[in-house]
Amino acid sequence: MNARAQLLLELADDELILGWRNSEWTGIAPFLEEDVAFSSIAQNEIGHARALYELAAAELGTDADALAFDRSPEGYRCAPLVQLRLVPDWARTIARHVLYETADAIRIERLKEHDDAELAGIAAKIEREEVYHRLHAEMWLDRLGAEQRYADAVEELWPYALGVLSPELRPALAERVGREEIEAVERAAPGVEFAELWNEMTMVRRSAPAGAQW
Amino acid sequence: MGAREQEFLDYVQGGGLVETDDWMPDEYRARLIKFIEMHGNSELMGVLPERDWILRAPTLQRKLALTAKIQDEVGHCQLIYRVVEDLGKPRERCLDDLISGKSKFHNVFHYPTKSWGDVGVIAWLVDAAAIISQKALLKCSYAPYARVMKKVCWEESFHILHGRDTVLAMVTGTPEQRELVQEALDRWWEPLMHFHGTPIPAEEDPMVIWKIKSQANEEARQQFLEGYVPQIRELGLEIPDPRLRRNADGVWQYSEPDWDKLTAVVTGHGPASQERLEFRRLSRAETDWVSKIVLAEAA
Amino acid sequence: MIWEVFRQERKGQPFTHGGSFHAPDQAFADAYAREFYARRGESVALWVVPREAITTIEEFPDEFDLKYRRVDGYSIKARLKEARERASTAAP
Repeated sequence: MNARAQLLLELADDELILGWRNSEWTGIAPFLEEDVAFSSIAQNEIGHARALYELAAAELGTDADALAFDRSPEGYRCAPLVQLRLVPDWARTIARHVLYETADAIRIERLKEHDDAELAGIAAKIEREEVYHRLHAEMWLDRLGAEQRYADAVEELWPYALGVLSPELRPALAERVGREEIEAVERAAPGVEFAELWNEMTMVRRSAPAGAQW
Repeated sequence: MGAREQEFLDYVQGGGLVETDDWMPDEYRARLIKFIEMHGNSELMGVLPERDWILRAPTLQRKLALTAKIQDEVGHCQLIYRVVEDLGKPRERCLDDLISGKSKFHNVFHYPTKSWGDVGVIAWLVDAAAIISQKALLKCSYAPYARVMKKVCWEESFHILHGRDTVLAMVTGTPEQRELVQEALDRWWEPLMHFHGTPIPAEEDPMVIWKIKSQANEEARQQFLEGYVPQIRELGLEIPDPRLRRNADGVWQYSEPDWDKLTAVVTGHGPASQERLEFRRLSRAETDWVSKIVLAEAA
Repeated sequence: MIWEVFRQERKGQPFTHGGSFHAPDQAFADAYAREFYARRGESVALWVVPREAITTIEEFPDEFDLKYRRVDGYSIKARLKEARERASTAAP
């Protein structure tokens, strides 16, 4: 697989798994208004994943659903940050949300400058939605920033947040978050916990032969 | 009934509409709160049978559509609880009464979901049954509730399409996929026949008398059968009621559902009732600190 | 704190009441208004107002029937008929 497809899959896997992790709050968020708002963010992320998989699929001669569901679990390259199951801990969920959106903004800004017009174009489209995710993250940061459990959550998730970005982009993240760059939890072939997630995520799809319509 | 109550009753029976700040008889207010609160509870509990399937949705499109449907239901709960709040019962108390089992929620949300077939059948047929009741509520004498129903009905129409499309994909798929739909229909038919309640005559139903509801239970069920039995059968699916047929006068005949079972289910003795309530209790306890610091300080 | 939302469906149309929700401040209220009243593209603009900023007025006494301010205060039919008749007979 070439570097372009690899990059697209990394981004798409991040958005798919984070979108799913965030959608785990559907129906059980701290209060009803937030439930609706957070669900839209999850849907946007899955929508971004789909658009990114489609670009990769065009290159790899397959389709978006096949890339999202039909790879083996070891083939996914999502950052460990998005894999963490944080329900029912809202402080850690918001800490991840704030850290991820900050990291993602840096990555998307860089991608907008890409020589490849398709990549730059999709980055610009994604950015237009991410603006609202950042506003949402900021309003929650204003509310929870002073809470001890929020500070603890950021402390715990910081090495994971660094792992979302490639090494050359990490100093920018450290600067925006106001923390020191430390050793990151790097992307790697996912472990057992991810395999369980994948297993459930694909169980319906795998119950019919490949190519079945759903 | 006092003269003022009688005057109010005549007013609503003559098609008069009531707003939040208007005077209303205590009985009318109490009935509104109980009914609308149960509707809100049902939207909220209706999230639980479906939410597990967001992860298991077999395509990205289905994952998005299902998430959006569940999001709508939470939104409906919010809108409907707001109506209850303005009638005098705060949302926190609605939630307290829901998780303590003091108030009720709709029978269909007391059942487990076992396959992706359930996701299609619920979105198509349970939502179809619900939209029949909700459309009739557009004529509710309590205008704030009727206004909310307008938005609810508009959003529900997407759900029925999503459900029907999901079912169509399966019935045109492999025999195993088709069987998922048939098996789900077999399990959901009884709850669907219970859905609109016992066939209490309109003239004896206090909800109809106060013009909170504009449609008798049996009328709603007949409308459901008339609209959906042909749609189910044209897909080659079998409805598990050998006595189901349409008489020459257009009235649907069916096996008498077990009404005691309905009572048992809605009073917390359904197959998934306690598990669902326990799940709600837990998730509320775990996030209570958030609403306390975010909503309470502003209240 | 409760917020009321008014939404405009298409450019040029009046804003109509959409509904209300709980939010602790304007930032949250704006975010929630966007989700509740525009996520399907059903609105082109929203007004988001704290409920406490709204007052309701329901008493409008008109004890002495001052109808001259309304169109039903005028019945011009008979006079118009007479005027037309005169005009036609006066014509040479």
